[in-house]
Amino acid sequence: MFSGFMANAWIVATMVAVVAGVVGFFTVLRGSAFVAHAVPQAGFAGAAGASLIGVSTLAGLGTFAVISAVAIGLLARRGRHDAVTALALVFMLGLGALFLSWSEEYASAIYALLFGEVLGVSTNQVLATAVLAVVCIAAVVVLYRPLLSASVIPEVAVARGARVHRMEMCFLVVVALVTTMSVPVVGALLMFSLMVGAPGAARSFADRPWSALGLSVVISVVIVWIAIAASYETDWPVGFFVGVLGAVFFIAGRCWVAWRGSGARGARRPGRLAARPVQLASTAGIGGEQI
Amino acid sequence: MNETARPGAGREEILSLEGVSLWLSGREILHEVSFSLHSGELTGLIGSNGAGKTTIFKVILGLETPTAGKVLFSGEARPRRNRSIGYVPQSIGLDPDVPLRARDLVALGLDGDRYGIPLPSRGRRQRVDEMLQAVDAQGFADTRVGKLSGGELQRTLIAHALIAEPRLLLLDEPLANLDITSEQEVVGLLASIAKARAIAVLISAHEMNPLLPVMDRVVYVASGRAASGSTEEVVREDVLSALYGHHVDVLHVNGRILVVAGKDEVHHTGPESEHTAVPRGLG
Ligand SMILES: Nc1ncnc2c1ncn2[C@@H]1O[C@H](COP(=O)(O)OP(=O)(O)OP(=O)(O)O)[C@@H](O)[C@H]1O
Ligand SMILES: [Mg+2]
Repeated sequence: MFSGFMANAWIVATMVAVVAGVVGFFTVLRGSAFVAHAVPQAGFAGAAGASLIGVSTLAGLGTFAVISAVAIGLLARRGRHDAVTALALVFMLGLGALFLSWSEEYASAIYALLFGEVLGVSTNQVLATAVLAVVCIAAVVVLYRPLLSASVIPEVAVARGARVHRMEMCFLVVVALVTTMSVPVVGALLMFSLMVGAPGAARSFADRPWSALGLSVVISVVIVWIAIAASYETDWPVGFFVGVLGAVFFIAGRCWVAWRGSGARGARRPGRLAARPVQLASTAGIGGEQI
Repeated sequence: MNETARPGAGREEILSLEGVSLWLSGREILHEVSFSLHSGELTGLIGSNGAGKTTIFKVILGLETPTAGKVLFSGEARPRRNRSIGYVPQSIGLDPDVPLRARDLVALGLDGDRYGIPLPSRGRRQRVDEMLQAVDAQGFADTRVGKLSGGELQRTLIAHALIAEPRLLLLDEPLANLDITSEQEVVGLLASIAKARAIAVLISAHEMNPLLPVMDRVVYVASGRAASGSTEEVVREDVLSALYGHHVDVLHVNGRILVVAGKDEVHHTGPESEHTAVPRGLG
């Protein structure tokens, strides 16, 4: 299962997994999981449209992904993302459905766009994926610190003169590029589960940004590898395994947090609450000590 | 508190607002606000809800542009990227699962605006440790920021701001969620920081009593108008009555100051502030 066309599958899928792990870390950090759902759907519509008019599906996918990401960023400039993202999602799904209804090669091509066809990757695709992977990772490496600040403490970052909105637009474009490279391989639906499941699980296990990022990549790669091997053996869709494993890791992370929380740290809380009334009673004394 | 470095000797003007007015959505939010902040001094920005405290911070930070008037930083217009202003906002929303420890947040204060990935260096680590120690945060340095208590997060954010070595530190309602012990600790910490690092500290609060022992100056805000000076100069019946536009009484009770409006509506003190603060040179 490592020879010929399968070799391409392993290489491409590993690249997708690494990038999804890296970019997904920030997606989850920023609370943009929903965006990671909407943008691949837009890419799907773009690909369907492109195959309809007979141009490269990859180009159609990329164009729609970038347009939708930028549109979400611009429309949600002030305030919350969710309504704008939902709007982009349903609009793009509708468009995708329309393109499909016009298209002849209904079933298999569309199925591949939604669920991926990792077992049928061409050498050209390997190259395109590698280029996009390098671009995405380089972008994240360069933006790492400002993006981290802008994601966790936007109010403070803005006050320091950080261009938080510009940072957000850059990030959305990166999400669109990741989408472009991943959707043909793992599909629109499963791209989403890779980008959210692995980083979501990783941050339950790791306390630090770097270790969470690294673990996110590891989990993502493990998910993809197991999924491909299992799919090869059983002939069930890769996407099924990616989705299930993403959920399994995520739940394992939650269990780990719960297990750890019931141990050492849990004991700290009651003690502090109990201390409060005592503090109130002795305030006059504390005030006096200030001089 | 450190009583040796009182205003006067060697202080330097860090920031001044000159007749700043601001209109937003057809309303005048600030009306000719003028005051200045000096190095080594702690200034209280006192006013009730909606008075305009946060808006004054936004103007200082350059997030709102005054409709009239000037904001001068050491006598000059402020540059866009300004590492010499540290800011601790009124509230920040944190996801409890964010994989970021208190020390990581402090480290972001050091170089969070730089591109590229940080190289682990001993000097960097040491500065973060020193800063954590300065705000007495070693006990929770390795706890995730989302799990910190209000007071712990407050101190972490102060360390985040201070590590960039600002000349001006702005804190929006830092005492809002603290119990009285933490309140005294934070106030004491900020006063000693102002003196030790010779920076100007501006603290907003709706209640001035906790700040009385350490406040060098007060900027009193009421519906977008401000009066500034020493506590003795500002917290007086004539000054505050003029500011509010109606008569207010200023009562000195047991070392605390109560500002009472009209009949029996109490403005800046509530039953929750049953603590003693010792004023300087009052009465
Ligand atoms: N962008 C805006 N457009 C219109 N009005 C605004 C805007 N921002 C603030 N205001 C108004 O300005 C006034 C002052 O608000 P500000 O947030 O400065 O009050 P504050 O003194 O910080 O109050 P609090 O103690 O409640 O935090 C309020 O009445 C508020 O409604
Ligand atoms: Mg406010």
